[in-house]
Amino acid sequence: MEKSTHTKTKNFLKDDTKKTRQRVMGIIFLAIGLFIWFVFSQNTPPKAQTIFVMTPGGSLVISPDLKFNSLLMLNILAILCLSSGIYQFLKGFGKYTNIVIVLVGIMLTISFLAWGASGSSINVVGMLRIMIMRSIPIVLGALSGILCERAGVVNIAIEGMMITGALVGAIFGSLYGLWIGAVAAMIAGGLISIVHAILSIKYKVNQIISGTIINIFTIGLTSYIVTKILQEREWQYLNESGIFMPTSIPILSKIPYLGPILFNHNPYVYSMYILVIVMTIALFRTRWGLRMRAVGEHPKAADTLGINVFGIRYVAVILGGMLAGFAGSYFSLGSAGYFNQSMTAGRGFIGLAAMIFGNWTPIGSFGAGLLFGFAESLATNLALLRFPIPSEVLLMVPYILTMVVLAGVVGRSRGPAAAGVPYEKESL
Amino acid sequence: MEEKQVPAKRNFLNIFFEEISRSSLTIIVLAIFTGLVLGGILAAATTKDIYEAFDESFFVGIKESLKFIWKTYSSLFLGSFGNPSKMVSSFFSGDSKAIQSAFKPFLESLVVTTPYLFTGIAIALGFQAGVFNIGGEGQLFMGSIMAAWAGWTFKGLPPIVHVTLALGVGILAGALWGFIPGWLKAKTGAHEVINTIMMNYIAFNLSEYLIIGPFQDPNESFKTRFIEQSAHLYRFFEDPFRLHIGLFLAIAVAIFVWYILYKTTWGYEFRTVGLNPHASRYAGINSSIITILAMTFSGAIAGLAGAVEMLGVNFRAVQSLTTGYGFDAIAIALLAKNHPLVVIITSMLFGFMRQGSRVMQINTGIPIDIISILQAFIIFFIAAPAIIRTIYRLKETKQTDFTPQLSGPGEKI
Repeated sequence: MEKSTHTKTKNFLKDDTKKTRQRVMGIIFLAIGLFIWFVFSQNTPPKAQTIFVMTPGGSLVISPDLKFNSLLMLNILAILCLSSGIYQFLKGFGKYTNIVIVLVGIMLTISFLAWGASGSSINVVGMLRIMIMRSIPIVLGALSGILCERAGVVNIAIEGMMITGALVGAIFGSLYGLWIGAVAAMIAGGLISIVHAILSIKYKVNQIISGTIINIFTIGLTSYIVTKILQEREWQYLNESGIFMPTSIPILSKIPYLGPILFNHNPYVYSMYILVIVMTIALFRTRWGLRMRAVGEHPKAADTLGINVFGIRYVAVILGGMLAGFAGSYFSLGSAGYFNQSMTAGRGFIGLAAMIFGNWTPIGSFGAGLLFGFAESLATNLALLRFPIPSEVLLMVPYILTMVVLAGVVGRSRGPAAAGVPYEKESL
Repeated sequence: MEEKQVPAKRNFLNIFFEEISRSSLTIIVLAIFTGLVLGGILAAATTKDIYEAFDESFFVGIKESLKFIWKTYSSLFLGSFGNPSKMVSSFFSGDSKAIQSAFKPFLESLVVTTPYLFTGIAIALGFQAGVFNIGGEGQLFMGSIMAAWAGWTFKGLPPIVHVTLALGVGILAGALWGFIPGWLKAKTGAHEVINTIMMNYIAFNLSEYLIIGPFQDPNESFKTRFIEQSAHLYRFFEDPFRLHIGLFLAIAVAIFVWYILYKTTWGYEFRTVGLNPHASRYAGINSSIITILAMTFSGAIAGLAGAVEMLGVNFRAVQSLTTGYGFDAIAIALLAKNHPLVVIITSMLFGFMRQGSRVMQINTGIPIDIISILQAFIIFFIAAPAIIRTIYRLKETKQTDFTPQLSGPGEKI
């Protein structure tokens, strides 16, 4: 009896916050609709046409371009946003809310492009292709973060492991070929993460301090090796790895529009798809995943049930480090063809942001990585199209969104409860 | 029953040394020593001459390595402190030019130390109140660029007013960058580490936009305009010497923060929240307010670091990816066990190493980056003293170290 009233109050409270959140979402949709109407539509001449080019540069498969009246498109999108806002405010989409959020986001993006490129053309498919490429290190970094944090170890050293992976990948790639380079980068990332594991699991050092140590060390060491060795003429051959060439997947790459965007890339992209799927299954459908999540949420309970807390944490952190090293090798072996000190440029930290944005799930992080990759892809295109928004402001968006999500203003993102807390085994 | 204790009049120096020795000085010294040894091995291992010497015979190799390591660290020392014999001889010769040139490395090291000192205090203050401010970098960027804006926008002000104004604007910008994560932590439980990292990148992008956009020098790209002469910080010597009043401002801030933390009720509340946020709430301390204040003050001091560096050394803000102050400051604060007065010493260690490494690079070809590696080694051993104890077979100290408790992610306080 007592228990049921308790759950009732709890449910009531939950409903109350749900209601508020639903209203807030509705207001946001309405605001987006009004924004499209008043800012984009009002500044578009009635006869202007927008052309969306649907064939990426250099592709053999030609898809027809999309051509439409900019103003008409903007008005339709504005009305759609406004009506979904009204519905969300009054009744709510319930469990479909997340899908509607994504749809409204896509509509906002389309209207932005339609308005920005009115009277000219924009290569949409090319942009989405770049989005996928830009999202690789972000998504892989996020997966690395998920592995560590789900087991209860915070890893802010992803950036440092990435830069190590990029350097080791470039050196071994130049010496023994690209595949060996990628494997070596994974091993290097794994080795670095052992330091993090020992410091934070065995010595119970504050995990953020341990991560900071690794970041300072790896950034210093890679820069040291570049200045001392790789810049010397006689050693330059160590930094000419070249890159993986794109290979198209036989049938899938022929799908109109989606084919060139998703299935005509280098192996990094395909391994990203596979890893997202494998991680999702491993985390939520296997015994190991269940144990890992238990260790991340409540290590003491897990220990009581006979789960080896330290063992699980070591394995998770080392696997995470290998993933981060692999992600780093993308910069040298998948994108540039050589190592450069500033190539990671904070992608490890954006990966952390994507992890939070995706609520510590592989699929969610993949979506967040795509979103952040799109922001980067759009930012490079802004300069070409002379949009009236500076690209730096656009590049701020992922970080601001992450803070908003973390604060729980729109939806709530909550990490594993024991992340960052060293586990102390009680002695008898 | 008990003798009436007469509290000994303890002067500043007494307390100072007591604090140092209490913070397990042996571990710190050994950590620095071990770091230097490992750095030396790395330097020798990446030098070609050493391998040639080892080809000759093993003992020649060892001898050459030791010689090389000695040369590396002695040029690091000469580069940071200057040549002692030159200092003495110039002093006796009485030639002011000679004195100046002999003391130049030392004075330059002090200039390099200044931003480390500010940011070190900022981070240490955060740690004391249990917040991990990893966003010193962004706060410094914002302080620097906003102070630059104040430096050229206002014209015809008397220097004292203009400098104060520009510093104030820098402090406000940094404080805002610290306030937001602090407020978010107190109100929503969002972890400040993630939020300060996000604020860092927002600051990098924002300052990049400002520097290549509205604030750009019409004649030179990627740099802002120069600030007015009236906003320059006071410099003690003629031009090649850059020592400015900022160093003394930083020391004043260190003493001020020490006074607040250890001599006032407020500071007591800060430290209590840092030691145990839950217990402090039962003691009637509003830990939300303390968290917000700690982040804001921490950000303000980091912003001041950027403002002082800009008003005293560069006179304009320049586009750059990172300066590394934000992360090095964490090392400085940890090394000082978060004591604001000890930060003065540890920041000098970092500043002097940075300055000296330039001479070292010229003399031995060892890149400046070895300093970062040394720093990483040193905090590695400071953070895990158990490793140092194992290496040197030290006994476990009875007294537990004062380490503020940093609350976990998602924890609402």
